[in-house]
Amino acid sequence: MTAPAWLKTTGFYLLVGIIVLQALFPFYYAILTSLEDGQALFEVNYLPAVFDLSNYRSMLSDGVFGKQILNSVFVATVTVIISLFLAITASFALARIRFRGRGLLLLTILSVSMFPQIAVLSGLFELVRAFGLFNSLWSLVFSYMIFTLPFTVWVLTTFMRALPVEIEEAAIMDGASSFTIIRRIFVPLLWPAMVTTGLLAFIQAWNEFLFALTFLSTDSQRTVPVAIALISGRSEFEVPWGNIMAASVIVTLPLVVLVLIFQRRIVSGLTAGAVKG
Amino acid sequence: MASVELNNVCKSFGSVEVLRDVNLSLEGGEFIVFVGPSGCGKSTLLRLIAGLEDISAGELVIDGERMNDVLPARRGISMVFQSYALYPHMTVFENMAFGLEQAKLSPDEIKARIAQAAEMLQISDYMERKPRQLSGGQRQRVAIGRAITRQPRVFLFDEPLSNLDAALRVDTRLEIAALHKRLADTTMIYVTHDQVEAMTLADRIVVLNAGNVEQVGTPLDLYSKPASQFVAGFIGSPRMNFIGGEIAASQGAATFGIRPEHIDLSRKKGQWKGTVRLTEALGSDTFAHVDTETAGMVNVRLAGAERIGEGETVFLTPQPDAIHLFDDAGRPVRKARAA
Amino acid sequence: MMGAASDIAATETAAARVAKASRLSRQRIRSAWLFLAPMLIVLAAVALYPLYRTIWFSFTDASLDLLGEARFIGWRNYLEYVDYGNGDGEWFGLLADPRWWRSVWNTVWFALVSVSLETLFGLVIALVLHKKFPGRVWVQAAVLIPWAIPTIVSARMWAWMLHDQFGIVNDMLQRLGLIDAPVAWTASPETAMIAVIMVDVWKTTPFMALLILAGLQMVPKDMYEAARLDGVPPFRLFRKVTLPLIMPALLVAIVFRALDALRVFDIVYVMTPNTDATRTMSVYARENLFDFDRFAYGSAASTLLFFIIALITIGFIYATRMNLEGDER
Repeated sequence: MTAPAWLKTTGFYLLVGIIVLQALFPFYYAILTSLEDGQALFEVNYLPAVFDLSNYRSMLSDGVFGKQILNSVFVATVTVIISLFLAITASFALARIRFRGRGLLLLTILSVSMFPQIAVLSGLFELVRAFGLFNSLWSLVFSYMIFTLPFTVWVLTTFMRALPVEIEEAAIMDGASSFTIIRRIFVPLLWPAMVTTGLLAFIQAWNEFLFALTFLSTDSQRTVPVAIALISGRSEFEVPWGNIMAASVIVTLPLVVLVLIFQRRIVSGLTAGAVKG
Repeated sequence: MASVELNNVCKSFGSVEVLRDVNLSLEGGEFIVFVGPSGCGKSTLLRLIAGLEDISAGELVIDGERMNDVLPARRGISMVFQSYALYPHMTVFENMAFGLEQAKLSPDEIKARIAQAAEMLQISDYMERKPRQLSGGQRQRVAIGRAITRQPRVFLFDEPLSNLDAALRVDTRLEIAALHKRLADTTMIYVTHDQVEAMTLADRIVVLNAGNVEQVGTPLDLYSKPASQFVAGFIGSPRMNFIGGEIAASQGAATFGIRPEHIDLSRKKGQWKGTVRLTEALGSDTFAHVDTETAGMVNVRLAGAERIGEGETVFLTPQPDAIHLFDDAGRPVRKARAA
Repeated sequence: MMGAASDIAATETAAARVAKASRLSRQRIRSAWLFLAPMLIVLAAVALYPLYRTIWFSFTDASLDLLGEARFIGWRNYLEYVDYGNGDGEWFGLLADPRWWRSVWNTVWFALVSVSLETLFGLVIALVLHKKFPGRVWVQAAVLIPWAIPTIVSARMWAWMLHDQFGIVNDMLQRLGLIDAPVAWTASPETAMIAVIMVDVWKTTPFMALLILAGLQMVPKDMYEAARLDGVPPFRLFRKVTLPLIMPALLVAIVFRALDALRVFDIVYVMTPNTDATRTMSVYARENLFDFDRFAYGSAASTLLFFIIALITIGFIYATRMNLEGDER
């Protein structure tokens, strides 16, 4: 091997190392901190010094945090199910049926997914109160449709366009109605895409902050992002960083595991939503 | 026996007219092939008959019944797609059953029909497999089987052999011919761009060009009495030689046509003198491309593996009764050989 | 004139075509709208109607507890001249509020800097991931992790790492000798914006990298091989071949990110609350809506924010003529 080539390879792997390190270090450090308690917390450690689960114990024995996790799971799951259900028929129409105004409709849906959420906050707040949903988890299921629905429609439409037209035509020749085609042909063929889309929508709903902060007012109704954001001490020096980090690790770990398992799918879903549009 | 009639059928996509005033009358039980270069409208015509595209103007009549507004599944038509279009997530059996379930047939009836079709096509052994576990040829049979179970009046094939390799293509072509014999009552319409497929399978051929029907006739009719220069060039392999200029003008035509197999070659004398530029020996035939002084490049078929050297000087003579003459619009000039 | 005439002609033929459409296409078009209806109704309920109400509230004197009794007051939330009667007067309203203009500037600055950095780093990461090397899949998984971490969690994680006394970032920089004394990253006005941008860049660069990577993977491989055979140097190859080819994907990614950055709320709200140095439009609007009980005024801010973002979006779609119809036959 010649010297420059050797140098190039080293440089490349150095770059790879930096990329991996910057991506993982904050989360690694959060785990490290979450396992420290008392004095250890206030000494900067780069490597694990103690292994102390008391932060986790204090978060989970609290009861409220457990309830908040369940709140998040409920909201994200129900949101995803409803969005997928509404999106699958809609994206069939958008991907497969030629009708006038389709381009405009897709444009509208795309722009709704770009909506600044603050722009609808006043109006949604009025609606939520009028429906009596204030401080109810359903207020979030309802309002989260503003970003999960356009997103799922958009991504599923892209996936559906990629299915061969002849399969659908064969089904038409076989006498299947549009609804039968969706139910018997497209849903079974698209389920990997639906899992991907659902997963991405789930992560979006799980991470949402603004609506959750605004529409829920009591601790036991809150979702985890709001809960973590609102953990504070009586003074700057009493902020329970150990607890915050433990809570952060608890809500992030499932997502990290999902990302590792579904990495390929997530990448295809994210890019289907954007690049091919 | 289902007759199919197309009366002044037109089709346009937006402002683009892809079919103009197509008039065809197919008899029940006939095997009809639509042939033409890509973009000629042959697939569109098939899809109009299937009901997958709307007819812009004109009438489609099957067995005396107007079909323009009838849903595809109610036309008594089955279709075999170019890509087979099997449902990837269903087994062979489920693929064949799907259409019958939609037609609300009883489970027993469905089983009976599928068993019969499977036996006919020798696919009974892999009824529980998914399409991706089958070879191209097996998939093709399943696609045909799926079409048969619906017991159609009219059977449509959209370039069904184009995804198969050359050897399999010949076998499958023979099987389709055999199928047509077995289902003698079923009208078959077959689309291809390959004129050999068209010649070997068809009772009658419909040649399409740029949205127009150029000619309808039996394979031999098209070969010996092409109704236009386009048909003359499209049917027959290798292509007919077209010669313009003096030679055509002397016969009162714009183009003088002669097939490679209708030219006599001599080393001593003949009508056109030329030099052999290239030879292609296929074993059964040899084709010689001759650069003539008066007629330009001419392709000649020689029987067998006749030895002829490149660079050799030869003389060509077209067989008088096999000459085709066309005017400058490509129409045949009937009063041939005034000279 | 000619254009208008041919437009009419085109509409007429289109209408004629619809009239002649067969049962199959009529049935399909009918079911299309049936399939779209539930989604459209929900979208109208969560987006269109609330947007309309927000705009309406911005022209009223609504307050948080008296939404139902809001009265129309015209443009007064936006701009109003109050005459003190002695020949003196003052301008009031959103457009005369220096804090609003500061937050507009903060937002634009934040979006500009963070999206530029994300594009740059995203490009580097995408180019690395585009190479084949052992463990590539694991590197890609690692890169995805910041993206999967909830914004709030990353904001708090970084807030802890940037802590002025116990933060590891200050410790590192001191060990390296880059700073003499600990920096109060989130608290001091000079560094607050830097901290916020840093977290945003860390969190969203993966998204950018993935989109660019997808663009890279669509570039045919022969093109690189041909260029290599021609002996084109790598940097020139990147500038002359790769960059123009991934430009469409890059543009889409930049716009997605820019629109996201322009509505930034979570990071700022959690990391640097109540600082003029980082207050963005969204934070400003929400403060007024719910913390200062100036519901109508906050609605006016939301409305302005909406139109600023809408203008940018429309401008971009028009400029790039994004193909939304998909491939037509």
